Amino acid sequence: MAEQALSGWKKWLEGSGDQVIFLKGFFRNMFRGGFEWSEFVRQCYEIGYKSFTLVGVTAFIMGLVLALQLRPTLVSFGAESMLPRTLAISIIREIGPVITALICAGKIASGIGAELGSMKVTEQIDAMDVSGANPMQYLVVTRILATTFMVPLLTLLGDVIGLAGGFLAININGKVTLMLYYSKCIDSIGFSDLLPAFIKTIFFGFVIGFIGCYKGYNSNKGTESVGISANSAVVAASLWIFVIDAIVVQVSNIIIY
Amino acid sequence: MEDKETIEELKQPSSKKKEVVIHIKGLKKAFGEKEVLKNINLDVHRGENVVILGKSGTGKSVTIECIAGMLAPDEGEVKVFGDEVAGMTEKQLKELRTKIGFLFQSGALYDSMTVRENLEFPLKRVLKVRDQAEIDSRIEEALDGVGLMDAIEKMPSELSGGMRKRLGLARTLIVKPEIMLYDEPTTGLDPVTSREISQLILKMQKKYKTTSIIITHDMECAEITADRVVVMNDGEYIAEGSFEDIKRSKDEFVRSFF
Repeated sequence: MAEQALSGWKKWLEGSGDQVIFLKGFFRNMFRGGFEWSEFVRQCYEIGYKSFTLVGVTAFIMGLVLALQLRPTLVSFGAESMLPRTLAISIIREIGPVITALICAGKIASGIGAELGSMKVTEQIDAMDVSGANPMQYLVVTRILATTFMVPLLTLLGDVIGLAGGFLAININGKVTLMLYYSKCIDSIGFSDLLPAFIKTIFFGFVIGFIGCYKGYNSNKGTESVGISANSAVVAASLWIFVIDAIVVQVSNIIIY
Repeated sequence: MEDKETIEELKQPSSKKKEVVIHIKGLKKAFGEKEVLKNINLDVHRGENVVILGKSGTGKSVTIECIAGMLAPDEGEVKVFGDEVAGMTEKQLKELRTKIGFLFQSGALYDSMTVRENLEFPLKRVLKVRDQAEIDSRIEEALDGVGLMDAIEKMPSELSGGMRKRLGLARTLIVKPEIMLYDEPTTGLDPVTSREISQLILKMQKKYKTTSIIITHDMECAEITADRVVVMNDGEYIAEGSFEDIKRSKDEFVRSFF
């Protein structure tokens, strides 16, 4: 039993060490000349544009359901007019970034993990490496930077669409104009709401790309490993999203309030 | 018969022994408890085609992976162009790899790229060629050499096994490497395509004047391509000579290949 626990810890420590080395490799290759712009743009398209529909639909439903759930409680306190403000703060500060990041972890981290995993299994990464090309720069740097850049943008769009879902929910039971609804939402959001939310989406994007690339790039040989890489990328990225969320909320509360 | 004459013609000039470009001495490599390479000694001369024959899992691929710097030896020395591979910095290794072509058993084609993009990749990223006209002419030359000109805009998934091997060969040779390492180039192909690939290897070797190590257990491939054959068993070389010498060997293990 103790031996098993010890071997588990050893494995965990080795894995952490590998991740640190991989992270170092990412930063070293990011600042090396010959940045792969065309691949970066292609990845932004694949990661950002192709995830937009999924993020948009989910955000709209999330805003709608949130408004429908909140309304009865606020009505019972006679605070129905607070609904746009409550919706805006909860979507901008917490629900928008976290739900968008979790969707991206499911779609993007697994996609990157599976893609790089299958490239590893079919020796494509080895072929790049042994030819003298730089697979870290071509495959890893571009994907991590693309997720770091696109997840905040997707979150921003998701927030706006989520608020639109809330607008629809409010109008099912009452009548509010779009201008009034959005002006109330915007009035209630301050710099202290936007900045921490924006900063955490950058970290979310980075961790989604990093975990996806790390799991795929270090995949074992064999087709089974591709599935394992994709699966473990989603699990690890989702877990990291919650850890980062907790840390950013704590740190921003200390700094801002 | 005609094929045989062409092969003999192509093999003729290689018989002259020149400088040693690959020098392996006392090479040992183990994975955990399993000792894969026990004591490998091999010199490969410029322009020579050396075929390493052996059963699967005897360490043939590990040998060429040590030459390309993909694996570090546990003991012994592997020198390429006189430099120890294990002691190289990342930059030196990258430089060396621009002179080495490695043809993987699977072909290792980039499956998200077209045939053209597969060939453009090493030109742009390894040789840093920027002139599009030069890139196009080199791609045409490479595809023409392997008879794949019609497939230039196809995806690798649309190619047959033989075509994939040809493309892999073209992609490796497009950077004009001085050394070619072939990892079972005819595995998984029918006898006719295998013969075509073996003849193509020989033709390309003469055209680009490369030094080659060919890992195989395909006897016809060995007969067509080899200037010298090395037979490997259980992590050691047990016989060495021309294909005809090996064919005449009295060793039971060597004879089992024929």
